[in-house]
Amino acid sequence: MSNPVNTLGGAKTTGFVTVAEMPPHGMITLRGDFAAAKFKAAVKKAAGAAIPAQRKVAVTDKATLSWMSPDELLLVLPYDKAAATQGALAAELDGTHFLAENVSDARVMFQITGEAALIRELVAKLAPVDMSPEAFAVGDIRRTHLNQIAAAFWLEDDSRLNVVCFRSVARYLFDLLEVSAVKGSEVGLFA
Amino acid sequence: MSTRLAKGGRLLDRSKQISFTFNGTRMTGNAGDTLASALLANDQMMMGRSFKYHRPRGVVASGAEEPNALVGLGSGARFEPNQRVTTTELFDGLEAGSQNHWPSLEFDIGAVNSAFARFLPAGFYYKIFKYPQSFWKHVYEPFIRQSAGLGKAPDKDTYDADRYEHFHAFCDVLVIGGGVAGLQAAFAAGRAGAKVIVMEQTAHWGGRAPVDGGTINGGSVDKFVEETVSELEAMPNVTLRLRCMGAGVYDHGYVLGYERLTDHAPQDGLPRHRLWRVRTGQIVTATGAIERPISFAGNDIPGVMLAAAIRDYAVNYGVSVGDRTVVVTSNDDAYRTAIVLKEQGLEVPVVLDARANGGGELADRARALGIRVENGKAIAKVKGGKRVTGVAICAQVGEGAVLEEIACDAVAMSGGWSPVVHLWSHCGGKLIWDAAHCMFCPDGDNPPRGADGNGFVIPAGSANGAMDLAIALADADRAGRDAAKATGHSPARATLPEAEQAAENAIEPVWMMPQGAGIKLRMKAWLDYQNDVKVSDVQLAAQEGFESVEHAKRYTTLGMATDQGKLSNINGLATLAGSLGADIPAVGTTTFRPPYTPISMGAIAGAARGATFQPLRRTPIQEWHEENGAFFEPVGHWRRPYCYLRNGESHGAAVSREINATRGSLGLLDASTLGKIVVKGPDAGKFLDMMYTNMMSTLPVGKCRYGLMCNENGFLMDDGVVVRMAEDTWLCHTTSGGADHVHAHMEEWLQTEWWDWKVYTANVTEQYAQIAVVGPNARKVLEKLGGMDVNAETLPFMQWAEGTLAGIPARIFRISFSGELSYEVAVPASHGRAFWDKVLKAGAEFDVTPYGTEALHVMRAEKGFIMIGDETDGTVIPQDLGLNWAISKKKTDYIGKRGQARSHMTDPTRWKLVGLETVDGSVLPEGAYAVAEGNNANGQRNVQGRVTSTYHSPTLGRGIAMGLVLNGPERMGEQINFPRVDGTPVMAKIVDPVFYDKEGKKQNV
Repeated sequence: MSNPVNTLGGAKTTGFVTVAEMPPHGMITLRGDFAAAKFKAAVKKAAGAAIPAQRKVAVTDKATLSWMSPDELLLVLPYDKAAATQGALAAELDGTHFLAENVSDARVMFQITGEAALIRELVAKLAPVDMSPEAFAVGDIRRTHLNQIAAAFWLEDDSRLNVVCFRSVARYLFDLLEVSAVKGSEVGLFA
Repeated sequence: MSTRLAKGGRLLDRSKQISFTFNGTRMTGNAGDTLASALLANDQMMMGRSFKYHRPRGVVASGAEEPNALVGLGSGARFEPNQRVTTTELFDGLEAGSQNHWPSLEFDIGAVNSAFARFLPAGFYYKIFKYPQSFWKHVYEPFIRQSAGLGKAPDKDTYDADRYEHFHAFCDVLVIGGGVAGLQAAFAAGRAGAKVIVMEQTAHWGGRAPVDGGTINGGSVDKFVEETVSELEAMPNVTLRLRCMGAGVYDHGYVLGYERLTDHAPQDGLPRHRLWRVRTGQIVTATGAIERPISFAGNDIPGVMLAAAIRDYAVNYGVSVGDRTVVVTSNDDAYRTAIVLKEQGLEVPVVLDARANGGGELADRARALGIRVENGKAIAKVKGGKRVTGVAICAQVGEGAVLEEIACDAVAMSGGWSPVVHLWSHCGGKLIWDAAHCMFCPDGDNPPRGADGNGFVIPAGSANGAMDLAIALADADRAGRDAAKATGHSPARATLPEAEQAAENAIEPVWMMPQGAGIKLRMKAWLDYQNDVKVSDVQLAAQEGFESVEHAKRYTTLGMATDQGKLSNINGLATLAGSLGADIPAVGTTTFRPPYTPISMGAIAGAARGATFQPLRRTPIQEWHEENGAFFEPVGHWRRPYCYLRNGESHGAAVSREINATRGSLGLLDASTLGKIVVKGPDAGKFLDMMYTNMMSTLPVGKCRYGLMCNENGFLMDDGVVVRMAEDTWLCHTTSGGADHVHAHMEEWLQTEWWDWKVYTANVTEQYAQIAVVGPNARKVLEKLGGMDVNAETLPFMQWAEGTLAGIPARIFRISFSGELSYEVAVPASHGRAFWDKVLKAGAEFDVTPYGTEALHVMRAEKGFIMIGDETDGTVIPQDLGLNWAISKKKTDYIGKRGQARSHMTDPTRWKLVGLETVDGSVLPEGAYAVAEGNNANGQRNVQGRVTSTYHSPTLGRGIAMGLVLNGPERMGEQINFPRVDGTPVMAKIVDPVFYDKEGKKQNV
């Protein structure tokens, strides 16, 4: 059995913050009726959390559960748990209208670490999102774009931000984050 | 001469010297200088030549409004033309060169144009360069291109050495302009708790109030600025940005700010400009006002400057523009210049006040200093060529009879002030004419309005027509509080700073000096310096019927230069109004459009350059391709190997080698880019029957079916193999470039039309690396890898299986696009490279050969399979391609069915797909047309078909092609002519499009 490999081989770069490719994560796209009791129960069982509100993310020791759209959730969990969780969800939801796809390999996750204000600045260089602490805090997620590509991000805590993009454009995103985090190009808006 | 004074210069650091070059000559300035003040300190009054007449020109202004003093800055990869010296901060090593002259600034051949000025009036080009028509391309256009133009374009072989970036910011109140009004507005809004950003285009706070004098709270304006800035800095909700220009105001409170980060201190690696993309609730435009020139003969001679600019150079930079400065004015403000110069010990021979009754308090103060003041007097003309040598004086009300000549080396002129209403106007803010002050002001009742119908821009200070210091501060305070209130904050009661400024007499409009100037004088009175438009040109335009200000602008080019008429706009339209006998407000202004001053292309591009110019999509096997000689071609944002080059072979040879190896033994294709969309739900079958022309709901679980997807008009949009994964789940393969579009197409129908159908889709394209294992030995190598049963009985053609292959979870689809025995293996993307390597290793004994997209294309063409984008171009329906077998007759509907029933779609003369074989075996030219007898109504040769794809087939050893031909399928064996571009004929025989293995035996073994 071969092991899953990092798209960029665990690339890492340090400017005014540090950007690092995370090891492969398990990810499941889950679509269904948020109002249905059976769906809610299955989500709770798989993620250990209730369905988050719009643009919110719930972090438990089992998984990270993100709101993606009015009928779509993203479940982030350890890579080797994805297939089993997908199977368990399918079993729980059998007979209802739902979709649970394993998309672990379709995405790449980066983590940006460093000074809280500077992490926000780096994202604000690339995303049309209000990154001020009043507008975006731990528990929020934004599904948006970083310059020319689709991406989603949320704060793990004040000094760690996770960014997810499609696998094929991981190199672009890494290069973009690297060039935008050059020391000396801090903006100073959130400081 | 212009020189550095012994004292003065509030922005200057005299302890720090800076060296720079102008036209290759080394010069020295001081820290705090602009390039303009440094050049003047070095007695470099003449800074360029004008656009049309190549007249000598010097600096006129001291800020962003400067029309004349444009230079080329830097060299090589950092060269930038048309940079205003007035907004260029001096730095060590700065290189500047003047523009639009040959052979030198001092001696210029083109200046001969000036002698012929009377033959080059407005509309000259339109009138002269007209006949004969054939002269335009080869005579007129090259001549005009040669003689026109300001700065040179950068060298085409260099690339901008700098980098740029964007920044997204959000606030309640954005204050544009950091003068005293902007600071006061920011203070009022900030104190109310609003989130405020203040943008100031220069490197200093306070604007021009510190130069103009007056007192605030009993102290100097500088002190007030310093205190207010430090109070604002202490507010956590307020952000202050210097060197950041509010460039444009757009709908929904969107504003672009242009921040110049390192222009004043170039540094490698750091962004040079940052484009702020701001969303704000309210915008306060505290953008100040710009002084107007006066239209008198010779007002463009170097040494004639705006009165306030001469004052700025003296006060801010300790620079005197001349030893003897004549002041000419229509208002009280210019007296400040006379007073400043006199107090610095310079000569002011006379103040010419065009008003019969003259000025007020400031005029009295000037007289008290011993300055001669002449009321009702004007300049008849300025004397001098490359530099002012004197002025001839006349009565303003006369026709220019000279009363007296006075020697001087500078002229300070002031025709009044115009509020900077650009940003107010960008989004539709209206203007009103304030006749008392001779200026257009923002019309507070008609602001630019947002979606809620309320205004979102509030003008403040002199930008709102408040020219008195105390009134401007009160106005700004009101603007700041209004902006805070509009964004949901509760501003405190105003606590206004107390300001005092000299009382002023009313301005009188002076649109022509003297009032009755004859044509000779008018032809030397410039309105638009940068585009060489004179009073006489605008009058001629009016005479010739260009009555609309927008038409007159384009006919004369008034205000169309890089300065966009900051100085010329009001004078020009007043001249037009005068010629038409109309009121100024009836004539109106031209449209103010962003950006306020030119911003760099780099700032607009931001990070999009080099590696981050565009996201290039990479498959899990991309690195292997790069390391193994792949020659790439773009497919959407993917870069797919076109072929793999070995040992110096040509592309053609590589393609032939790859095809022969695949058909002969074993080929390998990275097909990861193929779109993969999961469609699931109780209504998924019904949904896919609508999406595809053929029946997908009846496809048994475990089987694959080729499907066609059309748009609403019936045109073929995409194709691919659809797989039934489970009772309620299908997997739709799409073309590489079509994945996102097809997914969006599906979602659009689901969300807008069939919202009650129970179907979910998910684009899982990137979840899988998909590798086609192709050729007679394909089965053997999969058996060798082991783990799944791939024999012909267990896994027949057009079926699929799931399992573990070579220790990797895999799905095997037995589908073929090449006509050979073929398995497409999908593995999780992060195992993709591992699987590829395993196939290469196991396939070594079969001479496994990775092949690229060109081999793929040729092999499919040999089999007569169509290619989306080759055989289709958005105007082709499946019936044209003989794909009727893939169109279900049983279904009542599918997307495109109605379109395909339209008369033009069922026309039997629509060109149809056939194979084409050249008689001589050559390869038909790409896109060639088959000619028919006769000509059409346009005199063009009639045509009867065209080539859609054409290749050399190494399998058949000859050229093969597919094409759409009139009645093609009924004309098998007939020869038709596809002439080359040079007209020589290429005869091709119409044949069946399937050239290879017509029975399909090879793929079904």
